[in-house]
Parts: sequence; C-alpha cells; structure tokens
Amino acid sequence: MTSAPRDREIAVVAFAQTDHRRTSEELSEVEMLMPVLHEVLDSTGLKTADIDFTCSGSSDYLAGRAFSFTLALDGVGAWPPISESHVEMDGAWALYEAWTKILTGDADTALVYAYGKSSPGSVRDVLTRQLDPYYVAPLWPDSVALAALQAQALIDAGDTDEPALAAVASRNRAAASTNPHAQLRGPVPQGDHLLQPLRTGDCPPIGDGAAAVILAAGDRARDLCARPAWIRGIDHRIEAHGLGVRDLTDSPSTRLAAERAGAFERPVDTAELHAPFSSQEVVLRKALRLGEDVDVNPSGGALAANPIMAAGLIRIGEAAARIHRGRSDRALAHATSGPCLQQNLVAVLEGEPR
Amino acid sequence: MSKEPVAVVGIGQTRHVAARRDVSLAGLVREAARRALRDAELTWADIDAVVIGKAPDFFEGVMMPELYLADALGAVGKPMLRVHTAGSVGGSTALVAANLVAARVHGTVLTLAFEKQSESNAMWGLSLPIPFQQPLLAGAGGFFAPHIRAYMRRSGAPETVGALVAYKDRRNALKNPYAHLHEHDITLDKVMASPMLWDPIRYSETCPSSDGACAMILTDRAGAARAPRSPAWMLGGAMRSEPTLFAGKDFVSPRAGQDCAADVYRQAGITDPRREIDGAEIYVPFSWYEPMWLENLGFAGEGEGWKLTEAGVTELDGDLPVNMSGGVLSTNPIGASGMIRFAEAALQVRGQAGEHQVDGARRVLGHAYGGGSQFFSMWLVGDRPPDS
Repeated sequence: MTSAPRDREIAVVAFAQTDHRRTSEELSEVEMLMPVLHEVLDSTGLKTADIDFTCSGSSDYLAGRAFSFTLALDGVGAWPPISESHVEMDGAWALYEAWTKILTGDADTALVYAYGKSSPGSVRDVLTRQLDPYYVAPLWPDSVALAALQAQALIDAGDTDEPALAAVASRNRAAASTNPHAQLRGPVPQGDHLLQPLRTGDCPPIGDGAAAVILAAGDRARDLCARPAWIRGIDHRIEAHGLGVRDLTDSPSTRLAAERAGAFERPVDTAELHAPFSSQEVVLRKALRLGEDVDVNPSGGALAANPIMAAGLIRIGEAAARIHRGRSDRALAHATSGPCLQQNLVAVLEGEPR
Repeated sequence: MSKEPVAVVGIGQTRHVAARRDVSLAGLVREAARRALRDAELTWADIDAVVIGKAPDFFEGVMMPELYLADALGAVGKPMLRVHTAGSVGGSTALVAANLVAARVHGTVLTLAFEKQSESNAMWGLSLPIPFQQPLLAGAGGFFAPHIRAYMRRSGAPETVGALVAYKDRRNALKNPYAHLHEHDITLDKVMASPMLWDPIRYSETCPSSDGACAMILTDRAGAARAPRSPAWMLGGAMRSEPTLFAGKDFVSPRAGQDCAADVYRQAGITDPRREIDGAEIYVPFSWYEPMWLENLGFAGEGEGWKLTEAGVTELDGDLPVNMSGGVLSTNPIGASGMIRFAEAALQVRGQAGEHQVDGARRVLGHAYGGGSQFFSMWLVGDRPPDS
C-alpha cells in the first residue's frame, strides 16, 4: 500500500545536525537548534517564508516542563504565522507527518526538525515514565535494564553472545571516527557490565543534540539539490507495550514497516539503524534481512550519538546525505521509539541512477 | 493533484466528569474509541491507522502515552502517531489524521484525544518555572486575564458580556448529556456573583478540569459510501502557529488565528462566514474569548464581537449559534477539548446533536487554539462532499 507508486515524488534535499555532546547546559533548546535550522535553509537557499509546512519532534519530559516545544518556534522565525505541527515523538515521525502533508498537495516544501537535551536530568529514570503508569512505571525499570532483558533473551536464543555484541559496538564507533558530529568515536573500551549482559560499550552515550531536514516535491527537489534522496516508501508500526507479550528477539513491526516501505523489493547498499543498544542491531538486522554486503551505520549510529527525539531523524538524514554525496544509490533508514524497539519506522531512499 | 475527500463517519466521546476513578487511562480512551466504532458500525480490524493527541504529558505524568495506549486502541501492528500542539492539539490531531486519508496513505483512520486531569494537577503542570522567562505561576487564567482586559479596553465592551457567554454555555450544556457541568440552577446573577479569580475572570467564567476522551473515525469516499449514518464532510482544514512572545504580537486577535480561518474559508469557498456558516464550536476556556474569537475568525468586525454576544446572536436559537454543546466552559479535558469542538461541528451537520441540534445546520466550524494564543487549528465540515 505505502509502497505503491504515488503521483508525487518527495525527497530529502538537505540535512544538518549539531555536534552531539554530553552536556550543553549553556544553551537553550532554541540556541541549540538555530544553527541547524540556518544550515539546512542556507544549503538550499530557502528562507522560512519559502517553507510551506513545518513539523517538529521533541519531548516535554526531557525538558522537564510542559509545552517545551512552544519556544522552539522562536528559532524557526514563525512570523508571519506558519503552517506548523508537532509530534511528541522522534523527529522521524515528524518527517512522516510532513511527507503526508506534501502528498496531499497542500505543500511542496517542508522543514522538519527535532531536538533533545538529556543532560538536565537522569535519562534512564526519565524513560521509565514511558511505561504502563499503573503496573510497571512504579517499579522504575530503566531503559538499560529493559534492553538488558532483551539482550539476554537474544543470547539465550543463540542469536548472539557477548563478544559478538562487543564487535557491533566496536564497528559502529570505528565508523563514527569519520563523523565529526558523533559524541563517541574511534576505539571505545567495551568496559564493565552496566547491567548483565550489557557492558557500558553496548549502551549509547547520553547526550544533547538537534537535527533538521528539508523535504521537497518533484522538480522543486531537483532545483534545490543536485542529487535528491527520493523517499520511495515510508511506513511505521507499533507493537504491544507489555514486554511479556512480545518476542524480544524479533521485531515484527520493523519487518512489516519495511515491507510496506518497499524495502525488500530490491537490495539496499546502506542502512542507518536506530539501535541505541548493540543487541538491538542484532534484532534489526534479522528483521530487515540485511546481509554482510550492506553498509550498516556508516555514521556510527546511535551507539556513537543518541540525542533522544533526534536520533531517528538523524538516521534518515544520514542516509539521505550519503545519497546526496553519491556514496549510496538505495538506502534504508530506521527509527525506533519505546522500550525494546516497541515502535519502528522504516524509510527507503534512492538517488537517481548515475 | 487532487486530494481524497475526507468524511467523518463515527464519533464517540465519554461522559466528561471531574474524576473518572472507575477507569484507567487505557479504559477511558477505549470507551470513546468503541463508541466511535459503534457509530460507524466498524470494528477494530477496519482501522488502518491511529492518530492520538493530548496536551502535555505532565498532566498525567506519563511520557509519550501512545506507547502504553497502543494495546487499548487496537493499534498493535498498525501505524500510530502522537500529536502535541498544546491546547489546539485536539484539532491538530484530527487534521493530521485527515491528511492520512486525504493523501490516500490510509483508507480509514481512528483519531482520538484525551485528558485525565484527575491523575494529576494541570495548574501545577503548567506552572513549572522556565529559565530566562518571566514566571507565570498562575496557570492559564493568569496568562489570559490581561489580554481580556486589553480587549475590553480596546472594544469598549461592557463588563457584563463575559457573564452572558458563561450563562449561555452552561445552559447549552444542560442539553448535552456528555457535558461535565450540568448546573440546573444556573442564573445570570449567580455567574456575576461568583468569586473573582483573575480579574476580570470570575469563577463561573472559567472552564472546569475534566476527565474525558473524544474519538472520530475518518474515512475516504469509498468508506463514506458504506457508512450507516450520514457523514460529515471536511470542507477545509488548517493549522497556523506564531511565536509565544514578541513585541509585535497582538494577543487580542493573533494573526495566526486570522490566517488560519482565512485558509479554511478559502478551501471551503466561503466568502462571508457570518452568512454562510450555520454555527461554530469555538475554543472558549474563559468566557470573554467568545467575542474575541468571533472577531478573530471573521464573524464580526474589529471591536464588534461583543455586540453579537449581547444581542443573543450566539445563543442556541440565535442567528449564529456558538458552542451549542456547552463548549470548553462546560467541559475541559484539555487535550480532548479541541477534538470535541471538531466532533461537535460534525455532529451538527450530521443532524445528530440531539437536544442541542441547530435546525438545518449545513456548514459548521470547529476551532481550537493553544499555547499563549499561538497555535490554531480549525476545520469546516458540511453535510455534502466538497465537490458537490
């Protein structure tokens, strides 16, 4: 359905991100965001007034206050008033909303941005507030503990072992050595167990960051970008919340989203996976049927930089930027939300044949 | 390129009360969703995607509750989006869902908005201090009262207009079984004698804190053809935003609201809203926002809105009924309040509004706003499809 040919071609034409850092306490969200917004606009020559639709993703819980996204509009320059919306989700879903808006024909261009500052609080504690508020959240099981359950399930199923997980982490961070924005790069010690079987090296860095993308339709995209990254398909699916009713070694929602996005119709050469934990890359590679010939996370992925709410959008941006640079012809980008890969989005991006 | 027409074929809401202690968050949203499905005579299996919205997560203390609510809303295995645009979110959520249908990404979409204010304290949730911003530790009323004063000064409206709105909306609520406040002994004198909270806003001129949810089933032309009851058709829909605070901002009549309404009217081919629109469900959390928004939405000239209210034009049997359901002043599950406006507009053109039905309502506006009067979302629905 979503992979069916559509009467509008839509592409990612620009991408920018901050340097992701452990803390950015000297910056407000707007100050963190502004350079990124300017960078995507400058790279296309567009001004705020040229953008037909704007959509953002963020979370009040990271900022520690209600309506935290309202002030981010100051960074966009929302005057005269703009057509604008916001999802309390990763920016990848904001991009999805913008994509549907362009499909309706009501917009030809869209600005999508996302940001997250994890530094003001304890992100492991904060994420427990995502859980069932009556039965699970009161126990405060944190995001690392839940990921460790998933990793142990994978080990028990024979899908991986600790050395294999260490190899995943090492490969991602080695790839990140060429990514100037990454927070962790190059050789990073695998470290001690944080929560068995996960070691510090299996877990993402905690950091602050922002990202922005510009979408454009048809010839507008060709005008704005030498080699647009066409969105051939995009879909997302959610699974049950209760971990007890899910097979944590598999990700049926990722597989279904990939099918609907047309990911299996032809092989991809690149995959940017939003796998904050090394063990989650194992699950995603299987669900997405990625072979060894696919370049997985050439940016270093979420193990190198994981600004919450922006990390999924960054995967789409990194995949698109690789197409812009001519380093990929067909790339898959993935974003996730919720404990143990509960919700997943898959986009397939292509450059025009060279 | 052409958009797919969008039809509302199912509407469900909960009975709104101060505290629904008998249900969880999941139980609350499921109640509204099941009523909408029943209205459309559809099952969970007929739904292709779910779009939900609510105001800040701090109001219940659950971060990104769509994750926890996926099971209760039958979303497992489906796409699920979560919209958050402050007080306008109920309207924005419906528009995001409508776009999925209009773009032909999905055929039938469940959209739902909710708030369970009894799980927490909304006033407190709104009053968390923000670094480098002036503290507004007085909830929403403290923020909006000065703008109402500005409107009164600018328009020369008599001080009684706010009470007239509250008296009207609370009487309308008596005809709406789902409304939170059913004040059977309400009188104008009682409204005017109620305690002053944020001058000039009196207690009876403010919205209550409610628990509640509202759901709609949106579908395409083929889905509408199968619908058991007459659909409401979306004739236009738009969102507009502007910054919260800046030197040139007109808090009395924000340009974002004017532009949003103009876009909706353009899509729907409306040139004279006062004559061509049969009723409006407008987001009025404090009574004075009725005359203010009447001007902002183009139903009255600048400084003239209060005259419509005073002349009884906005009464249920008036020439332009406003908030036939009792409005936000009678029912305010914050995140759902915008969607209730959109849904009540659709009920009217479907002829299903019961005792608060406006005879012959063919085109009705649903309106929502949020933040510091900075986010607006609106739709206009009609009893006929847009191309007829």
